[in-house]
Formats: sequence, structure tokens, C-alpha cells
Amino acid sequence: MVDVPLDTFGGLPPPEVPDVDLYHPKSWVTKYVFSQDAKVIAIQYSATAMSIGLLALVLSWLMRLQLGFPSIFSFIDATAYYQFVTMHGMMMVVYVLTALFLGGFGNYLIPLMVGARDMVFPYANMLSYWLYLLAVVILLASFFVPGGPTGAGWTLYPPQAILSGTPGRDWGIMLMLISLIIFIIGFTMGGLNYVVTVLQARARGMTLMRMPLTVWGIFTASFMALLAFPALLVGAVMMLFDRLLGTSFFMPSLVEMGEHLSYGGGSPILFQHLFWFFGHPEVYIVALPAFGIVSDLISVHARKNIFGYRMMVWAILAIGALSFVVWAHHMYVSGMNPYFGFFFATSTLIIAVPTAIKIYNWVLTLWRGNIRLTLPMLFALAFIVTFINGGLTGLFLGNVVVDVPLSDTMFVVAHFHMVMGVAPVLAIFGAIYHWYPKVTGRMLDETLGRIHFWITFLGAYLIFFPMHYLGLMGVPRRYHEMGEMAFVPQSAQTLNAFITVMALIVGTAQMVFFFNVVWSYFKGKPAGHNPWEAASLEWQTPETPPPHGNWGRELPVVYRWAYDYSVPGAASDFVPQNQPVASRPASDEDR
Amino acid sequence: MLNRTRVQSGEPPKALVGWQGVAADLSSDQRAFKNVSWGKAMMWIFLLSDTFIFSCFLIAYMTVRMSTTVPWPNPSEVFALTIGGVHLPLILIAIMTFVLISSSGTMAMAVNFGYRRERVKTAALLMLTAILGAAFVGMQAFEWTKLIHEGVRPWSNPWGAHQFGSAFFMITGFHGTHVTFGVIFLLITARKVWRGEFDREARGFFTTRKGNYESVEIMGLYWHFVDLVWVFIFAFFYLW
Ligand code: HEM
Ligand SMILES: [Cu+2]
Repeated sequence: MVDVPLDTFGGLPPPEVPDVDLYHPKSWVTKYVFSQDAKVIAIQYSATAMSIGLLALVLSWLMRLQLGFPSIFSFIDATAYYQFVTMHGMMMVVYVLTALFLGGFGNYLIPLMVGARDMVFPYANMLSYWLYLLAVVILLASFFVPGGPTGAGWTLYPPQAILSGTPGRDWGIMLMLISLIIFIIGFTMGGLNYVVTVLQARARGMTLMRMPLTVWGIFTASFMALLAFPALLVGAVMMLFDRLLGTSFFMPSLVEMGEHLSYGGGSPILFQHLFWFFGHPEVYIVALPAFGIVSDLISVHARKNIFGYRMMVWAILAIGALSFVVWAHHMYVSGMNPYFGFFFATSTLIIAVPTAIKIYNWVLTLWRGNIRLTLPMLFALAFIVTFINGGLTGLFLGNVVVDVPLSDTMFVVAHFHMVMGVAPVLAIFGAIYHWYPKVTGRMLDETLGRIHFWITFLGAYLIFFPMHYLGLMGVPRRYHEMGEMAFVPQSAQTLNAFITVMALIVGTAQMVFFFNVVWSYFKGKPAGHNPWEAASLEWQTPETPPPHGNWGRELPVVYRWAYDYSVPGAASDFVPQNQPVASRPASDEDR
Repeated sequence: MLNRTRVQSGEPPKALVGWQGVAADLSSDQRAFKNVSWGKAMMWIFLLSDTFIFSCFLIAYMTVRMSTTVPWPNPSEVFALTIGGVHLPLILIAIMTFVLISSSGTMAMAVNFGYRRERVKTAALLMLTAILGAAFVGMQAFEWTKLIHEGVRPWSNPWGAHQFGSAFFMITGFHGTHVTFGVIFLLITARKVWRGEFDREARGFFTTRKGNYESVEIMGLYWHFVDLVWVFIFAFFYLW
């Protein structure tokens, strides 16, 4: 790590960025409801996303109940099952994880970690949240319209998504598409904020190569989202036209119920390209912030600097760039020129290299660290294990010949739940346990947290690990019931029932977490300014929770990177980022 | 942290060259792009994102043009006008393109006068740009009306592939919306300039941020972008 202390030559640099012209709210409503403060917006985003998460969780229960105990629940027929699958998938990926990582953590952490008073455009930031909420409301409205929500699968492939055989064809699909369009517009407003704040509004001394990896992860993910969501937007607009105006962008010539439809000449594969040009980067949009967060959690709670910081940054950027050239690995079964298959398989496997670098670096950071098995650390470790698991099955699926038989089986469901379902959720929990003290000034309860951790971590494996096996046996994905499938042995049903019971237990255990969040807010142990003895800037605010404007009168000045832990010769085992470089030992007045 | 000892021994850091230099400059203190204001940075990144949107639209159009089995109507005939008995292919589009490109010129002049704080000239040029933009939208409306009268619909048209009408209305509509928003913001900016709000740094109605002449330049970035996109639409949709 080449880290040149700025003040060694010619003292502190003059501020390049003028202090912001902060908006000062005057009423309760502009302070907490239509708030322009990134921290309030972050909490609004997080609360909304987590509520949707609970709903998506309930939908997964309903699916699991049907799969585990078929034909007991008469209200879950094939139509309802498809609708649950679709809404569960889309909600989890877009409305929960993307919103939580970028809108939630991005808003809270970016300004604090780079030493800014707020996002650069607070007004647009506020609009971003309200558009997100509108998108959520429209999405939820689709449960109440005639025909219900769409059942096209979260991938929304045409032509089936808008043909009459698919549930929610009348209203559901339109509301889904409109909701996505609004989400994207809203996200763009937020995303521009996150990116510009990181690029142009850092505190003095905060060079890019001194930023915590959390910021790098969220920054790269936001930038990727700004380039990936356009493809989804275009796909959504064109499908909306196909559905509403009868254009044939995606619709080939079709016969439905013996009747020749007026569609013709469109390209269904085009939608798949647009969707996955968004869809694959989306996987990394939820993974990169998790990578960043986990790097920080590990470093703080192992009291060691992150191993290979520069490599970590370049790995994040490399993964971000590469993830734009792998999308067609989701389309092997759609058929393509063998040379394309070769190209996309190769590029997919190449991504494994920077990803593996990150994992080695995490392990090397832990190596001989002074590991504190706090809750955030437990979740971070669980993330690493789970991500490796999901990543390895990803290597299987990246190869055309292996993917073709496994595609659309439970193996795929197991893979993506490990890699982009469970792993990011574990990172989110770890992050919440880590930063909750900063947000509220109180600690989350340790015992409840440990109960929550072990049930969630072990339970997730009990749910998703057997699915690999089911998939290898050939149990298909997106099937409401197995029916006559002679090649699937009877024991698969027993396993399915087991998975369902586990899913119910794990889901219920999340109530412990939500109880903890509410209870600790009132009764939790006071946390003080810096309970984890962390070096990064967000823990050095003059007040906890940080007030409007974050830093009081003086903006902080940064003298070092975010990972000065266990520095030989230093007075304490961590040196805050804003402590000046000095030969004298750290004393209290520096803090 | 090994290097710190080296640095503290008094040896100044060496200036990096090549890509390392680029990376070092970009990752330098406080700002990646020196002398680029927040608003300008935001507009550039937004335009990058918007580029992806238009690229997707154009690529989608090219894909359906190839996927359809029905012949594609000949654009130079479809967009021909007969003026005074003379049959002129693509004449309206040529005029529209000319008008829009000229508006980029007036916009550039407005930016220039803005930086010289010549309030009246800036406002007048912004107005002129807005008028040219509005003329463009007007001609586009005329073109849409004409085609609709001739029976072109998003879902069908008298001359061939359905996708012709679909792509035409979608792409020109999306671009026209951009121009329309541009015209609205040009008018707002022109009004602000005219009332001297940038001279006295009046605060924005919504954002409560102080205004300044840089808004004119940011407006200009957007406007030039919209023009540039039109050039691609012109090339790929009308000329191909
Ligand atoms: C306790 C937690 C969860 C359980 C029990 C669960 C269960 C399920 C089930 C049963 C399916 C349908 C399988 C099928 O029939 O094809 C499914 C699909 C899916 N899940 Fe989850 N899930 C959970 C969490 C998540 C999370 C956190 C994500 C976030 C990425 C996620 C994303 C998806 C996606 C994208 C689909 C595919 C939807 C489709 O096929 O269209 N799930 N999940
Ligand atoms: Cu992928």
C-alpha cells in the first residue's frame, strides 16, 4: 500500500471542494418525511426494502408449502404458484437487495465514509426515494387487480409473458413493467448522487485509494447500475408497447388457441439479451457492495488491515467491467452460435479470477488476526463460506455442456440463492449489526443476535444445500408440482418436505432480528461513539447518531487509509483516519 | 505501510507516468476530475447512462429489422415530400436535422456569453435555441401526423414490416421527448438568466441552491447530446 501522507510535503492541501450549501429543514415534515438528509433517506429506503423483503419471504413460504406438501393447500394452484415465484424473485432482487444496498447503505455510508456533509444533490436524492416508493406501491397494487400479478417468472420472457396463458396477463404484467420503469428513473436520481459524491465531494486527504472498500463496492455497483438498468428500461418499454399497442418487437408469428395472432416478425431473443445485459450485472450490483462491506467487517473485527487493499480495489473494478461481457451465459439453452457460447463461457470463468483474489485476501486478512467473534464478524465469515459455495456451482453452470442439462433445475435455484440470495443477505445482517450503533447510538442485543445468526446461517444451508442434490436428480425449477416424473425417486418428496420445514423455521427466526432492532432502539446498551474501535471515518463523527450535516462545524481531514489496525508502535490498536500523522504517540486530544 | 518510512525520510514521491499517472490523478485528493463541478459531473454521467438507453433502442431496432421476414419500407420514399410539384426524398428530415444542428450552434454561443456574464445576449441565444428546438418538435409532429394519415400505426403500416412503424414511433418519440424536455429547461434557464438570477445567485425554487451561469453550460451539455443522438437516429433509421 503506497500511502503518501499528504501533509509531509507542504502541509495540508487547501480545500478544493467548497463547503456545501446545506438545506436546513424547518418543519417536522421536511425533516423526517420529505427529508433531503441522506441519513433519513437511507432509513426510509431500508425500512421500505425490508418490508418488501418480509413480503417476499412470505411468498417463498407459500411456494415451499406447496412444494413440500403438495395438494394440501388448495389456494396455491399453478397460477398462484407462478405468481408467487415471479413476485418473490423480482422483489428480492430489485426491490429488496438493490434498494437496500444502494439506497439504504449507499445513502447512509457514502457521505459519512468519505467525509461529506450530505449527498451532492439532496433534492434529487429525496425524489429518488419517493419514486422508489411509488414503484413499490404500483408493484403491490398488482396483487389487487383483476387477474392478479404477473406469473411470467422474474425474467419476464416474452412471448409468454404477454400471452393469455400466463397469469396476470391483463394487468399484472403492465403494472410490473411500469413499476420497473419508475424504479429505474428513481434509481438513476439516487445513483448519480452516489457516484458524484464519491468522485467529487470527498473530504480533504480522502484520496480514492484511502476510501474504505465499502465505498468502493457501493460506488462501483452504482455506476454499473447506471449502465445496466438502461437495458431493462428499454426492454420494459418495448414489452409494454407489445402488450398495449400490439407492436411486435419481441413477438414472433403465433398461433394461440387455434387462432393466428396479429403479431409477427419480432425477436424474443432480443428481450433475453436486453434482460440479461441488465440481469447479470445486477448480480454484481448486489454482490459488490456485499464484498466491500465484508472486507471492512473482517478488517475491523480481526484488528488487521485488509490484505492487498489495492488488489481488492482493482478486483472490484475488474469484476464490474467483466460482468458486462458475460450475460449470455444465461441463454445457453436458448441456443446460440457455438463461438458465442465459447466466448461467454470463457469470460464467465475469467471473472472467477478477481473473485478468487478477493476471497484469498479475506482469508489472508483473517490469518493471524486478533479475531473478535462479534456478530458482524460471524456474519462476515458466513458470507465468505456461502459465497464460495455459490461461486463454485457458478463455475459448473458457466460451462455450456454442464449448464444445458442443469439449466432450469433446482440446481440453478440452489446456486443463485447461495450466491445472490443468502450471501448478500448475510452481508446485510452483518452490516446492520455493525452500523446499528452508529445509526441509533445503541447496540443490538448480543444473545438475540447469536440466536438469529446460528439459525439463519445453518438453516440457510439446510434449505438450499439439498436443492443441489434435487437438481442433479432432475427436479425442475418453477414447477408447481412434480406430477408424473418417473425418474425422480419418491425420496425427493421427503427432502422437499424437510426443506419446507427448514424454510419456515428460518423465516420465523427473522422475527428475532426484527424484534431485536425495535427493542434495542429503546432498551439497547448505549454504544458510545465507536464501540468496535474502528478506524474509518464514519465512526469519528462528533456526535452519535450523526446530526444533519454530519460533522458539526469543521469538516474532517483525512491523514491515512481506513485500515490502520494493530500498527506497530501506535498507542492503541487502531488509528482513526482523521488522526494526523505524527511521531508522538496518539493522545486523547487527537480523538 | 512500508512506504511511509521511505516518504518520511524526506524523499518526494516521484511523478507517475502513463497509466499509473492517469490512475494516480483520478484517485487524487477530494476530486477525481479537477475543476469539474458537481452538476457538470452529474450531467456527464447521466448522459453516459442515457447513451446506453439510446444504444439499446437503436440496437433493438436493428435487430427487429433483421428478424422480421417482411421487407422493410424504403425510408427515403416514406419520408419524401412533394413541394411545388418537385418530389424531394427525405426533405423534411434534412430540414429538421439542419434546424437541430443549428440550435447546437446557438447553444454554444449562449454558453460562451454566459461565461462572459452578458445577461441579455445569453438569454436571447437561449431563447433562440429553444425556438429552434420547438421548431424541430413541431416538424416532428407534422411528420407524425402525415404518417398517421397515410396509415402508419405502431402495429402496422401499408408498406411492409410492422416493426417499421413501431421502431419509428418509439425512437423518434423517445428522442422527441428529450428535445421537449430540453426546450422546457431552456425556457426556464433563459428566464432565470433574463431576470438576472444567476448574477445575484438567487436560490433555486426546489433545490434552494445558489444559481450561477454554469447552469447554462450544463444545459448545453444536454442539448448537444440530444443533437448528437439525432445524428445517429438520422443515420441508422432514415438513411439506412
Ligand atoms: C428464506 C429465504 C428464501 C426461500 C425459502 C426462497 C425460496 C424460493 C423458492 C421456493 C423459489 C422457487 C423455485 C422454483 O419453483 O423455481 C425461489 C425462487 C427465486 N428466489 Fe428465492 N427464496 C429465498 C430467498 C431469496 C432471496 C434472498 C433472493 C434474492 C436474490 C431470492 C431470489 C429468488 C429468485 C430470483 C428466484 C427465481 C424466480 C423465478 O424463477 O422467476 N430468494 N425462491
Ligand atoms: Cu450471470
